[in-house]
Amino acid sequence: MDHFPTNWGRPRNDAYDAYNTYPLHQRPSNAPTHDKFADAVQRTQQPIVTGTSVLAIMYKDGIMMAADNLASYGSLARFKSIQRLHAVGSNTVLGASGDMSDFQHIQSLLDALVTEEFTHQDANTLGPAEIHEYLARVMYARRSKMNPLWNALLVGGFKDGKRFLAYVDLLGVTYTAPSLATGYGAHIAIPLLRQAVDGRQDTLTEEEARKLLHDCMRVLFYRDARSLDKYQVATVTDAGVDISDTIKIDTTWDFAEGIRGYGAQTQ
Amino acid sequence: MFRNTYDSDNTVFSPQGRLHQVEYALEAVKQGSAAVGLRSKTHSVLLALKRSSGELASYQQKMYRIDDHVGIAIAGLTSDARVLSNFMRQQAMSSRMVFNRPIPVNRLVSTVADKAQVNTQEYGRRPYGVGFLVIGQDKSGPHLYEFSPSGNSYEYYAMSIGARSQSAKTYLEKHYESFADCNLEELIKHGLHALRETLQQDKELTINNTSIGIIGPAGVHEKDVPPEGPFRLLEGETIDVYLKSMVPKRSEEPSRPATTAPAEAAAAPPPAAPAAGDEDVQMAE
Amino acid sequence: MPDGSFSHPQQRQFNPYSDNGGTILAIAGADFTVIAGDTRQSEGYSIQTRYAPKVFRLTDRAVLAVNGFAADGNMFVKKVKQRLEWYRHAHAKDMPLRAIARLIQTMLYAQRFFPYYVYNILGGIEEDGSGAVYSFDPVGSYEREACRAAGAAQSLVQPFLDNQIYFKNQAAAPNQSHPAHLPLPDVLSIVIDSFTSATERHIEVGDGLEIYVVLAKGRSAQGLEGARGIQELSTKSDGDRVFVIRRELKKD
Repeated sequence: MDHFPTNWGRPRNDAYDAYNTYPLHQRPSNAPTHDKFADAVQRTQQPIVTGTSVLAIMYKDGIMMAADNLASYGSLARFKSIQRLHAVGSNTVLGASGDMSDFQHIQSLLDALVTEEFTHQDANTLGPAEIHEYLARVMYARRSKMNPLWNALLVGGFKDGKRFLAYVDLLGVTYTAPSLATGYGAHIAIPLLRQAVDGRQDTLTEEEARKLLHDCMRVLFYRDARSLDKYQVATVTDAGVDISDTIKIDTTWDFAEGIRGYGAQTQ
Repeated sequence: MFRNTYDSDNTVFSPQGRLHQVEYALEAVKQGSAAVGLRSKTHSVLLALKRSSGELASYQQKMYRIDDHVGIAIAGLTSDARVLSNFMRQQAMSSRMVFNRPIPVNRLVSTVADKAQVNTQEYGRRPYGVGFLVIGQDKSGPHLYEFSPSGNSYEYYAMSIGARSQSAKTYLEKHYESFADCNLEELIKHGLHALRETLQQDKELTINNTSIGIIGPAGVHEKDVPPEGPFRLLEGETIDVYLKSMVPKRSEEPSRPATTAPAEAAAAPPPAAPAAGDEDVQMAE
Repeated sequence: MPDGSFSHPQQRQFNPYSDNGGTILAIAGADFTVIAGDTRQSEGYSIQTRYAPKVFRLTDRAVLAVNGFAADGNMFVKKVKQRLEWYRHAHAKDMPLRAIARLIQTMLYAQRFFPYYVYNILGGIEEDGSGAVYSFDPVGSYEREACRAAGAAQSLVQPFLDNQIYFKNQAAAPNQSHPAHLPLPDVLSIVIDSFTSATERHIEVGDGLEIYVVLAKGRSAQGLEGARGIQELSTKSDGDRVFVIRRELKKD
């Protein structure tokens, strides 16, 4: 391809209809029948820069969600202050694990959606349930094109006095529960969360919820090799969305002193 | 046979700044049989007069259910109405598919109005020859809108469209302040009284030529209505009870209509000698 | 490499499917049908949620149970519901059961080369007032049956139903024959026993049970009066009626 537009539509072929005897719309073309580069189109076949678990629970006043600040490049801790919690409108928060570039694409989709909704200038706004349904459609549509957005997402919110918490992933699989976690957290944190939350959503205080998530994030930091000791917490309540500053996890490694292979010990 | 130099193409303004094709489309709405819509704090209702093309024919459908929370009554070209109601149904379904929410009624009406507007501006098109009354409900309660082929849409407390709708409008303007606190039965009664004003002298509302559309909680004569009060279309025997609730016209002498409804006489002079005429019988296409 | 796998280029392919466990079942009576499913949704050894419905009311006389890949299942139900809504728009009535069955086969076969990975069981009342169960494979093959189990514990439940509903391996008492249809209370007991048993022996079954009961028009609710946690879902009081009974199953 060159930069002469006249050459784009119909590559020159003097052997055939050199004098343009056919009307424009039925001129023969010897252009390639398909884009030669089509085979080289990149699809997400595996995630590259990834975020690990997201945790979320329902509590008395709304929902609370936590995710650490790490984006890994394989086993390399590549970006150590990225934010994986994203406010959507004023009643919803989205937490993402999986591919971070796909997540950024989803953020721009949602921001455009919220703006479009705003331009209607009526009383209707998109709540967490609508956002989740929309994401489920997007994720399922992409998986059906064999071109998935490689994420597991948690959507939480509080609107019209109702809590909402749900999951959607790269396959378009969805579900809802009082406590949710993606990735490694689904194995490590879920038992702790279910024990503390399920059946107690209406009485669990904000303080208790915060402590619970903090403890789970600490366990994850100890056990998940792709995690970080810095995380953020989002709450969605009557008062709207609040995403905290980065919180540092206090850890102790004293126990390691006596263990061969850890610490200062060399032999 | 043109009445005007500027009326054959809707993309050309007349020197007076008018689009004649659009105005003719509004005339098409006025040729259709009348539809009336009213709203209270709890309900929206539609009432429409159905026509048949003759004794042997069935009556033309005047109302369509768009979704559980939206219904319309039409006046004008039924075929255009079918196209637009289908479009509205698609919009409603799409909202439920993508967001799992009932489409906001104001947005649905705006969308269909925008679609109609395109036809008033682009070369080689014609405006739709149909107007709608749209009732719907959302978080803020029941609503009533009018859509017209000019691409306009407005919200109303009460409205009428179609043939002789001015007579109904006169009735509505006189009574609308009481509608807000009406129960469903009173609201329908007002609607029927308004619709009756659009009839010719020797005609009356019957279970065959009247349709009633309701949104809102069940009335005392209704059964099996879900608590959300979705749109329902009442026709035939079920509307008999509402027709019977109407107050008979004060004077039934057909020869002196002016005494029964002076307002109507002023607004819409009786048609000059309807030749073998039955306006409720639809003209040939 | 022992298998010489370097000789071919390796390509890891995205797998668009998953198995979300659970079990569904339906049994037709003479003038009623029972359609049931557990509410656990899992992936591998993880329970994703303890409450994800797999059984859905379509109309006052049709109930659809969907089992397999949850994302496909939910999407499929959503699309069927919208098709039924278009039918209502066009005909101002609900689609008959046998027509829904054919619709489902058409919709499934349309995806023959990228199938909905779901097993469907449709239950309800036919236009003649009889109870009916239709079962489907993922690409649309279907037949009308008296009973069917599908999903994770199909291999546990179906033989039990064959014995209890079709009286397989049971000899009738002398000079007597097996009944063609069981009464509603018996069917409910069989359904509940099926699920408690499947919960015991299958890790993907448990948490909750939703039993839909469709009664033919004019049939009394006899056999349901005592049911714990029952709720009526019908829109009309004088047509076919739908009820749902919710029960707990073991959560371990």
